[in-house]
Amino acid sequence: MTLADTKPQALDFECETGNYHTFCPISCVAWLYQKIEDSFFLVIGTKTCGYFLQNAMGVMIFAEPRYAMAELEEGDISAQLNDYEELKRLCLQIKRDRNPSVIVWIGTCTTEIIKTDLEGLAPRLEAEIDIPIVVARANGLDYAFTQGEDTVLAAMAHRCPDKAPVLEAEKKERNAISTLLNFGKHKDDVATADSEYHDHPPLVLFGSLPDPVVTQLTLELKRHGIKVSGWLPSKRFTELPVLEEGYYVSGVNPFLSRTATTLMRRRKCKLIGAPFPIGPDGTRAWIAKICSVFGVEPQGLEEREAQIWQGLEDYIQLIRGKSVFFMGDNLLEVSLARFLIRCGMTCPEIGIPYMDKRYQAAELQLLEQTCSEMGVPLPRIVEKPDNYNQIQRIKDLNVDLVITGMAHANPLEARGISTKWSVEFTFAQIHGFTNARDILELVTRPLRRNHSLKDLGWDKLVQEAASV
Amino acid sequence: MKLAYWMYAGPAHIGTLRIASSFKRVHGIMHAPLGDDYFNVMRSMLERERDFTPVTASIVDRHVLARGSQEKVVDNITRKDGEEHPDLIVLTPTCTSSILQEDLENFVERASMTTQSDVLLADVNHYRVNELQAADRTLDQIVQFYLEKAKAKGELPEGKTAKPSVNIIGTTTLGFHNHHDCTELKRLMADLGIEVNEVIPDGASVHNLKRLPQAWFNLVPYREIGGMTARYLEDAFAMATVDIAPMGVVETARCIRRIQQVLNAQGADVNYEDFIDHQTRHVSQAAWFSRSIDCQNLTGKKAVVFGDNTHAAAMTKILAREMGIHVVWAGTYCKYDADWFQEQVSEYCDEVIITDDHTVIGDAIARVEPSAIFGTQMERHVGKRLDIPCGVIAAPIHIQNFPIGYKPFLGYEGTNQVADLVYNSFTLGMEDHLLEIFGGHDTKDVITKGISADSDLAWTADGLAELNKIPGFVRGKVKRNTEKFARDRGFTAINVEVLYAAKESVGA
Ligand code: SF4
Ligand code: SF4
Repeated sequence: MTLADTKPQALDFECETGNYHTFCPISCVAWLYQKIEDSFFLVIGTKTCGYFLQNAMGVMIFAEPRYAMAELEEGDISAQLNDYEELKRLCLQIKRDRNPSVIVWIGTCTTEIIKTDLEGLAPRLEAEIDIPIVVARANGLDYAFTQGEDTVLAAMAHRCPDKAPVLEAEKKERNAISTLLNFGKHKDDVATADSEYHDHPPLVLFGSLPDPVVTQLTLELKRHGIKVSGWLPSKRFTELPVLEEGYYVSGVNPFLSRTATTLMRRRKCKLIGAPFPIGPDGTRAWIAKICSVFGVEPQGLEEREAQIWQGLEDYIQLIRGKSVFFMGDNLLEVSLARFLIRCGMTCPEIGIPYMDKRYQAAELQLLEQTCSEMGVPLPRIVEKPDNYNQIQRIKDLNVDLVITGMAHANPLEARGISTKWSVEFTFAQIHGFTNARDILELVTRPLRRNHSLKDLGWDKLVQEAASV
Repeated sequence: MKLAYWMYAGPAHIGTLRIASSFKRVHGIMHAPLGDDYFNVMRSMLERERDFTPVTASIVDRHVLARGSQEKVVDNITRKDGEEHPDLIVLTPTCTSSILQEDLENFVERASMTTQSDVLLADVNHYRVNELQAADRTLDQIVQFYLEKAKAKGELPEGKTAKPSVNIIGTTTLGFHNHHDCTELKRLMADLGIEVNEVIPDGASVHNLKRLPQAWFNLVPYREIGGMTARYLEDAFAMATVDIAPMGVVETARCIRRIQQVLNAQGADVNYEDFIDHQTRHVSQAAWFSRSIDCQNLTGKKAVVFGDNTHAAAMTKILAREMGIHVVWAGTYCKYDADWFQEQVSEYCDEVIITDDHTVIGDAIARVEPSAIFGTQMERHVGKRLDIPCGVIAAPIHIQNFPIGYKPFLGYEGTNQVADLVYNSFTLGMEDHLLEIFGGHDTKDVITKGISADSDLAWTADGLAELNKIPGFVRGKVKRNTEKFARDRGFTAINVEVLYAAKESVGA
């Protein structure tokens, strides 16, 4: 899956290397600790990291959740203290108090700058205190926002069992997950259950999604006789999916390029590069691609897509012909833009913190195709945008809707520009057919709000002629 | 290394940026990695700020690390100078980037050769101080910079204002109810016939700082921010300082009397006694509230107080002195200024706790099981888990501390707000009475309580009918207590007998 496979890029890419706002990648602990129920995340950093998690994420560390800061103090930074002993003390305390199945160390900018050898320390400590320790360097020097999840999943990919346990009684079982799923069922049930699937090589999906969405996407593939053998991450660390050489893998999110690379290079899995299952168009393309790789003829896929589009029509009427501008925040931008263009919007600019053209190749191709089919110009894709310049462009272009990080939403609204927070798309359930409407529910909300307030004349709520 | 779940005060750069972005036409530049620029989010989201936060992160990434930051930082300073034409640019590292130990002072010098605006490096030790201390320091630094500059140029205005006047020092963006406090203080000063010379830093222009010495005195309402500036003005310009937080009826009066003293010492002839008396007895509702039957029911109730120095000390005094509430312990997270707090509150509470460890505070609350807590958002949360009401009186700030309506904590309107807060925090009157009958205030068995929400116990028809007769606002509590009783005694169904047995057992 390289760019060379696709037709020459007509898309205009540029890198502004500007000052832009996004969240720190360590924010991924906020959703990953909930997803992986037996985990504990230890963020090894400064007060700045801790205050970020406490404050900006709005996830106040109240009920002593399964994450904490290992706050580096002066002695740690000046290397007077021994990292190993310090981390051992903290991890023993965590083990005693919370007893997780895994401790995930999140490295930060500080551990990068002072060159703490987390990868070197972890195996020793793991052996000594007998608890798995996974190291992810989700720091803000190298990554943006959602890429934090990528670093964690890439690290976890190493921990997936590489051999399906073969149980005496159920030799047929291909892997641990289905063994668990079928636990307690009669043999006959299991056999019937399996016959609903085509015989295809095991498929493991990667990307952290809320449990209902995991079920939805799994069932969506099941309609076509495709069996999902497991998800990375799983609900429990102890239930990570088996990854044997030659297994197929596919990502559900655009920010998981390191995980994809790790799965291919280190675990020798085969990556199915597809557009991401976001919006009915993306979901259809994603399923179709997986089917085609397994030589399976999709069953009623187009009908299902068409039916979903029908259910969106009332919302689409609100946005058709309007323009949307992505300032760039969570790396979901291309997929969302592609879906919204399919809905009839135009998109002059997609800002994005980081663009992996290889991992996103199929998505970019679908974007191009969508633009040409809808007869709208291609967006320019601006990597590491400069927010100040973007705001000038937003004003020049007079866009109808700006998808933006939290720092700019209120000031833009005060200047009469409708906004939606990009983080909402990170946390909302947006994947698959079922949730397409939820994307539009978010996208149309400012427009519906404007409609209900339109007669009040409260468009501009700042005094100076918007001195941005 | 220490294991940390929660911080009462943020890192130093937050304090510096709070000061910088409070001023008008001052731009903050953060020399920091990408994820550190959440100050902008806090300001625009928590404070619902309409303007773009005048703070730019000059991003440190791998590339910059390899090449050194100088070029980037200087570029960003120069660029903002051209784009926004601020009066002043304040450069600050975060605690993360300060580890790089770069010569930022030198960057600032380089940049200021070409900029129109002044450029300052925030002179804060990011390893040693927290948000509040850094804010205090940065304000002092900026004030000194402009006063020394004016002095050197011979631009300092001579003498004092004709009428008595005041500088209000310490009102900042992202401060706890600061905007409302400031409005209230301005009203109070107007009532006292005192002109407000300057309010700093919120909404102030750095060019007006040279006017500071014209005021008759400096009012520093918050212990945390403004003290250093006032001390500088005292030393350099012999200005008087009033640093009594006018919070609560008694302290407000004390503050006003101190102002009177300061003014009269400079040749004014003011007497505020009638004003104080009139406000206290007829205008503020707080003194009357203390006297009313509602407050009588509070007598001797147990409360605990925790917060920053200013608010925790004032609240302790209000509860103990003005409302007859028994403050079991009072605490502060301003460890660096603990002596002051000890001295202020010792006589009004049984015990003083100085810590910035929220688990110590959580345990201390559980230990004394007070009827109400006055603390931060953290204590509010602890209170939720223990089912003890909590009034929030101090930062760390939360969007709830930026109410749309007018809710000052200072001055006479502040006394009303605080009285409301106290009253609403205790469960009172009818509700309290019923809770006593049915054994409310259960704070012991939190876990069972959680489970009993969706009950494993069956209620019989008559039991349920009886339960439904209990007023709605206590029904949930009665239900839980009864179920707990039933569970303890091994009943599987609750009928009217069990319901009243529960009541009786509690009475026993
Ligand atoms: S950018 Fe770096 S220092 Fe800042 S919060 Fe993220 S990991 Fe911590
Ligand atoms: S001691 Fe550590 S956390 Fe505190 S300000 Fe310094 S670097 Fe930041």
